[in-house]
Amino acid sequence: MAARKTMGWFASGEPWIWLNAAAVGISISAVIGLLLLIGIQGLSHFWPADVEEVKLQGPTDATTLLGEWVGSESIPAQQSREANPSVELPGEELTVSRRLLKTGNRREAPPDFRWINAHDIVSTHTPVDAIAIERMEWGNLYGRLISVTIDQGEPVTGDAAVAALIAGIERVGELRDSVSELEHGAIQAVNKGLERIRLERRAHALAGTTDPQDEARLQRLETELQAQYIDAESELRAAQASLRRDSAQIRLSDGRSVDLNLADAVRAWFPNQMTLFGKLGHYASSLLIFLTEAPREANTEGGIFPAIFGTVMMVLLMSVLVTPFGVVAAVYLREYARQGAFVRLIRIAVNNLAGVPSIVYGVFGLGFFVYFVGGSIDQLFFPEALPAPTFGTPGLLWASLTLALLTVPVVIVSTEEGLTRIPRAVREGSLALGATKAETLFRIVLPMASPSILTGMILAIARAAGEVAPLMLVGVVKLAPALPLDGEFPFVHLDRKFMHLGFHIYDVGFQSPNVEAARPLVYATSLLLVTIILGLNLTAIMLRGRLEARYRSLEG
Amino acid sequence: MNEPSSAMQRRSYVSMPTGAEASTAHSLENETTCIEVDDLSLYYGQAPALKAVSLVIPKHRVTAFIGPSGCGKSTLLRCFNRMNDLIDGVRTTGSIRLEGNDINAANLDVAQLRRRVGMVFQRPNPFPKSVYENVAYGLRLEEKLARSEMDDRVEWALRSAALWEEVKDRLRESALGLSGGQQQRLVIARAVAVKPDVLLLDEPASALDPISTLKIEELIHKLKSDYTIAIVTHNMQQAARVSDYTAFLYLGELVEFDTTETVFTNPTQKRTEDYITGRYG
Repeated sequence: MAARKTMGWFASGEPWIWLNAAAVGISISAVIGLLLLIGIQGLSHFWPADVEEVKLQGPTDATTLLGEWVGSESIPAQQSREANPSVELPGEELTVSRRLLKTGNRREAPPDFRWINAHDIVSTHTPVDAIAIERMEWGNLYGRLISVTIDQGEPVTGDAAVAALIAGIERVGELRDSVSELEHGAIQAVNKGLERIRLERRAHALAGTTDPQDEARLQRLETELQAQYIDAESELRAAQASLRRDSAQIRLSDGRSVDLNLADAVRAWFPNQMTLFGKLGHYASSLLIFLTEAPREANTEGGIFPAIFGTVMMVLLMSVLVTPFGVVAAVYLREYARQGAFVRLIRIAVNNLAGVPSIVYGVFGLGFFVYFVGGSIDQLFFPEALPAPTFGTPGLLWASLTLALLTVPVVIVSTEEGLTRIPRAVREGSLALGATKAETLFRIVLPMASPSILTGMILAIARAAGEVAPLMLVGVVKLAPALPLDGEFPFVHLDRKFMHLGFHIYDVGFQSPNVEAARPLVYATSLLLVTIILGLNLTAIMLRGRLEARYRSLEG
Repeated sequence: MNEPSSAMQRRSYVSMPTGAEASTAHSLENETTCIEVDDLSLYYGQAPALKAVSLVIPKHRVTAFIGPSGCGKSTLLRCFNRMNDLIDGVRTTGSIRLEGNDINAANLDVAQLRRRVGMVFQRPNPFPKSVYENVAYGLRLEEKLARSEMDDRVEWALRSAALWEEVKDRLRESALGLSGGQQQRLVIARAVAVKPDVLLLDEPASALDPISTLKIEELIHKLKSDYTIAIVTHNMQQAARVSDYTAFLYLGELVEFDTTETVFTNPTQKRTEDYITGRYG
C-alpha cells in the first residue's frame, strides 16, 4: 500500500515540478547572490569608517597604529606559526582570527594595509581628533592635525588650523582646476597649432609645392604661437607656485610629525567627529567623485568616468554600425535571395560566426581594420603625419567595427525571424494597392519587423558591452589621455584610444601594484558595468515595448 | 449530357443566350467588356490549376465565381491583378485583356495594373497603422496630395465603404482595434481610395458574422455602379444575392458562365446543377 502511494506520488509528476522549481530557485539565488556580493563589496568602499587607534603588544615592543578596519578572517594556527615563528600563540587553539587594518601613510610608514592577529591587540579606541586626508598620490594619510602654515607665516593651531585646512584645500581645488584648464586649454592649443604647422610643412614638402610666401606665413604663425606659449607657461608657473603655498603639519601614530603640502591634498575629514548625515554626505561625494572624475595613481584612486564614457560610446557606436548592416543583410537573405541550398549554407555560416571566440575577432580586427584599412587610410589621407599613424593604430572606430562584426550574426538572425513572422496577407495587401516590393518593404515590412530588429540590437549590446578580450587588441588602453568626444574639432575623435570598464576591472584587479587598495574598486567597477549594461538593455527593451504595442501582430 | 469540351465551344455558348436569359434585365450581349479572358491556363509547376478558361467580365457589373474548394476560382481572380506572380513556379498561357490591353505584356507596370485592379482578401488585412493611414496608404504611394485634399479623399473612400459614420471619431486610432467586419470594410475603403476600375473580392465575407456579411453585400450593391466587381464566394446564396453574372468552375475548368438567374434557375450543365443543388462540393 505504502509502495503504491509512493509510486502514485512519482506518477503524479510532483517530483518533476519540484525539480524545476529547484532549478529556477538556484538560478535566481545565484543572480541575486552575485549582485549582492558585488553590490555590498563595491558600495561599502566609499563609506567613511571610523578611524581607530590600535595599541599592539608585539613580542619585543608595543606599537600604536591608526587606521580603518577593512576586513577580517580566521586562518589555521599552523599557518600563522609558519608565517611568523617568533609570535607566540596562546593555548591550543586551532585557528587564529586576524583583522585587516588600513593604516594608509604609504609613503611615511609602509605598508598601508596590515594584518593584525586579534590576540596582539591590547586596546582600541576612536580618537576624536583623528584626521583622514585623501592625497593626490600615496593614498590616504591618517594622523592628527598639529598646525597649518599659510604662505610661510606663523603656523596656526587648534580650531583655527581646522578652518585653515578646509579653506586651504578648497582653494587648492580651485587652483588645480585652473592649472588643468591652462594645461589643456592654452598650452595644448599652442602645441596643436605647432603640430599643424609641422604637418603643413611636411605636406608641402611631400607634394613638392614649397612656396616662399607660404613659408613666411607659417613662420609668422610659429613665432606668434611661441610667444603665446611663453605667456601661458609663465602663467602656469605662477599658478603652480601659488598652488604649493600652504602646508599642514600632521602627527602620525608613531609620534613622527610630517609636513603635507596642501597641493597634494584632495579631501580631509574627521571621521570620528562625523554625524550620520555627515558620513552620508561624505559617502555621496565619494560616489560622485568615483563616477565623474578621472582615475589617479595607476587607476587605484579617483574615479572611472573615462571608462564609463568609453564603454557607453563604444557600445552606442557599435549599435549604430551593426544595426543597419545586419538588417540589410537579413532583408536580402529573406526577401530577395532565392531560397535554396546556397542561401541555407550562408545562413548556417552566419549562425556559426556567432560561435567564433571573441579573441579571434580581435586578431582579425587588428590585422584587417587596424593594419590594412587604417594603414591604407593613413597613406591616402594623412601622409604628412607618417610614420606616426592616425588611423593605422588601435582606436575607437576599429573597436566598434570589430564588435559590430562580432555581433552582426545576432542581428541578422533575429531580424530574419521578424521578417518571417510578418503575415503574408499584409504584404499582399500592400502589393495589391500598387506598392512595389521596395515600397512594401519600407512602409510595411520593416516597421512591423522593428521589434525583432530591436531584439537583435539588445542581444548585440548585451554581448558587446561585456566583451574585453578583442578590445585589448583594437583600441582599449589602461589610461587614455583624452576622451573620444570633446570640444575640439571634429568633436568626435574616432581615431583615439579609449578606456573601458571591462578592461578597467581586469587592469585594477590583476595589474595593480596595490592589491588591497584595488580590491574594492574591482567590485565597484563590476557593479557599475552591470548597471550600465542593464541600463542600455532596459532602454532598448522599453523602446521595443512601445514598438510592439504599435505594430501588434495581426495573427490571432 | 453534352458538355462543351473546348474553350471555343464555351465561348459560343456564352455568346448565344438562351431564351431565359433574354428575359432578364442583364444580357452579356448588351454589356461593355471590362476584362476579357482568352484560353487562360495556369500551372503550379507541372500541375494545372486552370485549364483553358475563356470568359468576359462585363463592366460595372458584379460577376461571381463559384465552385468547390480547389477549383481554381481564387487563382483565376488573382490572375486579374497578377498576384500569382508572387508565387514561385507559376506559369500561365493564354491572355487576359483589361479594356483591350494585355495585362501580361512585357512593358506593363505591374504596380500600375494593381492600382487599376484593387483586391480584397478573405481575411481582413489592415496595416498596423491608424484608420486614416490605412486608407491613405495607396494614395501616398502615387499622388502628392495636399492635406485637405487627402482628408477629403479619405472621407470619401470611407463613405464609399459605408464605414465613415462608425470611424469618423477614431481616424487616428489603430485600425487593428476595429471589429472584423469594420476591418473588412476598411480594407475595401483602402482599395476604393485609389479609384480603381475593377475590384476583386476573394471571399470577402467568409470570415465575418452574418450582420457584417450583410453589410458587405449591401456595400457591393452600392459599389457596382462605379466599379466592375469580381467576387469569389463559397456561399451560393450570397452569389445569388449580389451578382449579376455567375461563373461555375470545377477542377480548373469553366463549366458554365451566364447571368446569375440562368445559372441558378436553369443551368445548362448537369455539373452546375449538381453543385448548386448541393449534390457535391
